Amino acid sequence: MAETASLTAGGAALRVAVAQRFAGGFAIDARLDVDLRPGSMLVLFGPSGAGKTTILRQIAGLQRPDAGVIRFDGDLWCDIEQGVWSPPQSRRIGLVFQEPTLFPHLTVRQNIVYGVRTTHRVRPRSDLGSSDTGKPSDKVRPRSDPDLTVAGIAKVLGIEDLENRYPRALSGGEGQRVALARALAPDPRLLLLDEPFASLDGPARVRLRREVRALLQTTGTPAILVTHDRTEALALGDTVAVVIGGCVRQVGPVSDVFSHPADAAIAASLGIEAVLPAQVAGSSGGMIHVAVGEVRLQVAEREAFAIGAAVYACVRAEDVTLETLSSGHASTRNHLAARVISIASEGPIDRVTLDCGFALDALITRQSRDELHLTPGADVIAAIKATSIHLVPRL
Amino acid sequence: MDWTAIWLSIRLASATTLVLLALGIPLAYWIVFSPRRWKFLVEAVVALPLVLPPTVLGFYVLVAIGPLSPVGRAYARLAGHGLPFTFEGLLIASVLYSMPFAVQPFAAEFASVDRRLLEASWSLGVSRLETFRRIVIPLSVRGLVTGIILSFAHTLGEFGVVLMVGGNLPGVTRTVSISIYDAVQSLDYAAASRTSLLLLIVSFLILASTYSLQRSIWLRPRH
Repeated sequence: MAETASLTAGGAALRVAVAQRFAGGFAIDARLDVDLRPGSMLVLFGPSGAGKTTILRQIAGLQRPDAGVIRFDGDLWCDIEQGVWSPPQSRRIGLVFQEPTLFPHLTVRQNIVYGVRTTHRVRPRSDLGSSDTGKPSDKVRPRSDPDLTVAGIAKVLGIEDLENRYPRALSGGEGQRVALARALAPDPRLLLLDEPFASLDGPARVRLRREVRALLQTTGTPAILVTHDRTEALALGDTVAVVIGGCVRQVGPVSDVFSHPADAAIAASLGIEAVLPAQVAGSSGGMIHVAVGEVRLQVAEREAFAIGAAVYACVRAEDVTLETLSSGHASTRNHLAARVISIASEGPIDRVTLDCGFALDALITRQSRDELHLTPGADVIAAIKATSIHLVPRL
Repeated sequence: MDWTAIWLSIRLASATTLVLLALGIPLAYWIVFSPRRWKFLVEAVVALPLVLPPTVLGFYVLVAIGPLSPVGRAYARLAGHGLPFTFEGLLIASVLYSMPFAVQPFAAEFASVDRRLLEASWSLGVSRLETFRRIVIPLSVRGLVTGIILSFAHTLGEFGVVLMVGGNLPGVTRTVSISIYDAVQSLDYAAASRTSLLLLIVSFLILASTYSLQRSIWLRPRH
């Protein structure tokens, strides 16, 4: 159970400690303590059925845990023992579902402005009849861009021309854009995204991800994204919380968590891969050159990347081969001078942890280890084929 | 043709429909959205007139509003006359008798509204009541129209309950169906057939328009 210290000042603290049992035997027992900086994104990552959506719905106020406390930015949203429960209406959140879920009888424009007028006035009552302590918050956080009105949001999302259409006449991507605009229009304090890109096809998904990132950074709204897509988690996340079996198992900056999973179950759900923060340095002959700290890597990627773009370079341990210094030239593009840090046995295979300017694992057979005379402290060459490195753009 | 009876039936059906609209919407809302476990009991009570003989229902209503019941006595004190064999008494009986024809279509339509739309609305800061008004009602127009038309048509054709509660007072409780029954009793088959045909045509037109409405109401032009 990793705890993150508050990362920086100026963010909104989210504290979740909830428990809920379900009829089938599944149980949520989640603790999460993170600081959400303006415009930052917390990813709830984990396999399907892990309870990510349930946790998100509890934060939204749509589902009540059996026990526990939820606090956000100084407000107590839920404290079951004290009988405190503020309904979703008073939490000032934005919510985007997997499907657009637009009001079908209203035009795009009417959908977007639906929550705008009433947000600060309505004093809703609690659905479960408990004491209603959820007072609409008076803390109106000024937008970092005061000119960003509803029209501005529509413009960033490229949906101004759709204003008079009805939801049935929209494509999936357009619908999700409108849903996003609708959620952001009342200026929520926190945006909750429940796999919002899952129903879109590839290019539309990539485009919308980029727009969401840009939009949140303009509005300064912190967001929580539920996803089981690791590319999405890498591309959008600042902080990631790994949810497995109803529990939050590890929390931390994305590259830390992905590169250093705390245990085997987390590693299995994340995919065992080194995730190296890198920057695109250039390209030549169809190869992309990226800089991981001082080290340059050559990557064969079909997608084009702009020079200077921030990316994660992902390398699987089984794709790293080791050579001694005397080895001849092969087809492998990347040869990195490395020092063996440690060797751990995993059955017939050894996991060799290397320092090649950054930490990298290699999987080799015991036979190879003996042939190469590998011991901690030995100098070797780590070879990685350009086609084995996968780049994920950071948005 | 017994125009007095026809006019009375129309007035009764209209009044019943209005009352059912006012009572049925909150009742259907409660049935659909209440978390109470025992709400199935209320649903069963609402559906009773579908299976109960009209005479049984009429009998209980007659007893309930009669001079021996507290309700009947209270009404008699206030209004100066009793409820049985009056238009008001007939209205109460009609409302109960046609209740399922309004509440069931309303409830079915409310229940078919995607719950995530409601959650989206709540998360946008809109209260439950406002959400009902702005989302559920507009998306339930079909069910509301169906319920209204069915209650109207059903009241227009009721017989047994009227006979029990209302009797046969021309202009007060003598509805179309009673008038037809009377005509047949007095062997005036010509009058009975004229009124019956009228009722048949009106009923058919009402139902035909309901179904056509249901097909086309949300077919908005695409852009």
